[in-house]
Amino acid sequence: MASQTLTTPAMPAGQVGRSIPRLEAAAKVTGRAEYVHNMSLPGMLHGKIFRSVIPHGKIKHLDLDAARAVEGVFLVAAIDDIRKVIAHPYYGPAFHDQPILADGKVRYAGEPVAVVLADEAHIAEEAAGLISAEYEELPGVYDEVEAHGAQVFVHDELKPAATFPDLAHLLGRRDTNVALDFQLRRGDADAAFAAAEHVFEHHFRTQPTMHTPLEPFVSIADASGGSLTLHTASQNPSFVRIEIARLLGWPENRVRVKVPYLGGGFGGKLYIKLEALVTALSLIARRPVKISLTMQEQFFMVMRHAATIRIKSGVDKSGRITARSCEVWWNGGAYADIGPRVTQKAGFTAAGPYDIDNVELNSYAVYTNRTPAGALRGFGAPQTCWAYETHTDMIAAKLGIDQLAFRRMNLLHDGRPQATGTILRDAAIDKVLDRVAERMNWGTPLERGTGRIRRGRGIAIGFKGITAPTTSVAMINLYADGSCGLYIGTVDMGQGSDTCMAQIAAEVLNLDAESIKVIHPDTDVTPYDMGTLGSRSTFHMGTAVRLAALDANQKIAALAEELGVPPNSNLPFSELLRRKYRMQAGNIIGIGSFIPGYDKPDQETGQSANVTPFWGVGGSGAEVEIDIETGEFKVTKLVNVADVGAAINPKLLAAQLSGAAIMQLGFTTSENMLYRDGQLTNGSFADYKIPCLLDMPAVFINEFVESRQHDGPFGAKGAGESTTIAVSPAIGNAIADAIGVRLMDLPLTAEAIHGAILAAGIGGDDEH
Amino acid sequence: MSTERTVRFSLNGRAVKAHVASHESLVQVLRDRFDLFGSRESCGQGLCGCCTVIVDGKPVSGCLYLASFLDGTSVQTIEGLAPADDRLDPVQEAFIEAGAFQCGFCTPGFILMTKHLLAENRAPSDDDIRHYLTGNLCRCSAYPEIVAAVKLAATKQRGG
Ligand code: FES
Ligand code: FES
Repeated sequence: MASQTLTTPAMPAGQVGRSIPRLEAAAKVTGRAEYVHNMSLPGMLHGKIFRSVIPHGKIKHLDLDAARAVEGVFLVAAIDDIRKVIAHPYYGPAFHDQPILADGKVRYAGEPVAVVLADEAHIAEEAAGLISAEYEELPGVYDEVEAHGAQVFVHDELKPAATFPDLAHLLGRRDTNVALDFQLRRGDADAAFAAAEHVFEHHFRTQPTMHTPLEPFVSIADASGGSLTLHTASQNPSFVRIEIARLLGWPENRVRVKVPYLGGGFGGKLYIKLEALVTALSLIARRPVKISLTMQEQFFMVMRHAATIRIKSGVDKSGRITARSCEVWWNGGAYADIGPRVTQKAGFTAAGPYDIDNVELNSYAVYTNRTPAGALRGFGAPQTCWAYETHTDMIAAKLGIDQLAFRRMNLLHDGRPQATGTILRDAAIDKVLDRVAERMNWGTPLERGTGRIRRGRGIAIGFKGITAPTTSVAMINLYADGSCGLYIGTVDMGQGSDTCMAQIAAEVLNLDAESIKVIHPDTDVTPYDMGTLGSRSTFHMGTAVRLAALDANQKIAALAEELGVPPNSNLPFSELLRRKYRMQAGNIIGIGSFIPGYDKPDQETGQSANVTPFWGVGGSGAEVEIDIETGEFKVTKLVNVADVGAAINPKLLAAQLSGAAIMQLGFTTSENMLYRDGQLTNGSFADYKIPCLLDMPAVFINEFVESRQHDGPFGAKGAGESTTIAVSPAIGNAIADAIGVRLMDLPLTAEAIHGAILAAGIGGDDEH
Repeated sequence: MSTERTVRFSLNGRAVKAHVASHESLVQVLRDRFDLFGSRESCGQGLCGCCTVIVDGKPVSGCLYLASFLDGTSVQTIEGLAPADDRLDPVQEAFIEAGAFQCGFCTPGFILMTKHLLAENRAPSDDDIRHYLTGNLCRCSAYPEIVAAVKLAATKQRGG
């Protein structure tokens, strides 16, 4: 489908741009908001999972008898049981590589092997504890770089899903852990390096982290009478329906997926998580089945990719970056999930928001024997930004150029080609950087201290492309009494989509946003939406909603004409319906659908005329205070600035930016899934520390710059990830500024700083 | 193994009784016997505050509090806070006005803790608030708005 040209009307002073509270605010403060967590169905069974305790091995024997003997146990199931209802029990958005339960082999410690169903969760749990398994252990691969060339293979053969044509060439590939190798070539990097005045090369690492939504993963399946209803905490109900229908070999209309509010998602609750498992179990048991993970179990579901990044730049005499090469290894864990897409999308922007003529880039999705990795608020952009913005800072320091000046000198501006060849448009990179500098008082010298406490400051800026091409469809139903329902598949997981979408509809329909009812995703009722992910909803669904409202307006006008009502009479549509149907009856239904233009990147060069619907841009600045005797440090000031286009609801937007930045602060300073011999050693809130109120920087500023996405709904674009991008390097750069020591690996902990101080000696030359 | 007993307690001002097993937690009993979903289990380890319930005037982690101990207590949950269906408690109002939540999963816990904080300290400073509420986690990280909401609630309560 070609790209639609959308004319954005002048913005009337109205619904868009108002900071109204969330539509569901009262339900949330009274504890009455609906989550799958709360739900139960008559006759429902509870499932508890028995998990592998080894990271890699063949299942020699599985003993389910003791569990089956427990009073109150309804069913104990392993993969052979699943096969009776789903003949090919493998799923995944990019590769059909993940079995619903371990199939002869386990590929990570924590992988589901069997499930117990019982009327009560505690009985299922007790019985699951009685299951035992014998394994023939296989050597494991855990590190993404090692796994790239290892002779231990996580999968015998690659199994790309047919839905991703660009993965077709990987079908049946054997003896590799590389699920996808994305490459980009622009200009002639070799020649440019040879001609460069300076060449710098650095290696960086980022750690695995977990989303830890406070509502842990939960799904309920209710299979009866040849159809299936899933109530699931999912960010993409349409995908769930399509994938479950594929697994069952059923038409989509026999699978219904309903999603109420989510208690957080952050990219974790995407694609298939527990849905295939509860579906199979409900079909076997012929009763509704619910599985709710515990917080600890969430760490075995999905995580953010750890990454190793090598980055090299050539710089000319004047300080212009002339060449950059990057190699990125993504630790994908045991199953691909959406990792190949992370690998590709983050690959587009891995060279940073700079105007560089010669770029060479390789990005590898690598299987390892760890928890599968997927999307987490940024689709890989925060990992690559950690590398390129630390690298950029190190180059500036080495060349003796101010960090801000060096960035400005090299910045990518609208109208110039980005590394993929796509011409940058509506990306306020310069404005964001300027605003960060201003809020950091960059021009005013900082008192760095000479005693035990040292201070420093740093800045960083990054950007990301948006997953494409993806579709959203919206429906507006005007009821005969004058009220309005908005039917969308966007999942409100806290970002405030219900409210923003209602504002967009209200703006066009000339209604109060608060009066609109947003009907939550129900695939029997709400139309298709690709998913609530990757900052796409405001732009994609927002456009679909706007078009649906315009369509409704056109139908109102047509009805008026049909009834012989003069065009300017301003009769409300309820009155028109009353005249047509002679009573309070009938509906006016508006439909809108949207898919942005996209040009598939060339397989060899990664070049594309249109690689993303819009650019997400985020910049950060940080000040830190470090105790050089202990390494203890505090982020005393954190500034985050994003380009979000025009704001639909400024207050919700500011909160979203702030929340994303604090989340990334956790990923920067404390969160780290620690593995020893393939075993996760800290998978609970007792040992895995997420930010709390005391971690808030004393000065904490979150802003967006004045900007406008020309084809966004009322000038808006997405914002859910922008302030995750640059937080880590801003803090790392501030630490280097304070103590002259560089940390190359995340997270930035007191221990790491202390170790680096000891290794380097205070005031030692850091920038190598 | 599990033994059962009957506990009689006051729930949001009403006398109730429940038959509970020894393994059952307060949050499970509220959910399974009384359809009260506002306190919810998240970490299950007493570390996040999502399951906060007020028992005899004190906030407890409902995930760790055994239901067998409920006998003779007075229990308050988020559902009992609003004075009427169409009227909210000032703390609830303040959380809405300050936009102090995103997904809302942690919100009942924060509101109940705030209620308790304001009963002890009518005008808490930012620092008081941060320390008092530090045992409540919000993964959406609505922390700045939560601090603002608590201050707003304090003002509302002092004013009215
Ligand atoms: S669930 Fe009780 S404290 Fe986290
Ligand atoms: S609002 Fe989502 S966890 Fe606090």
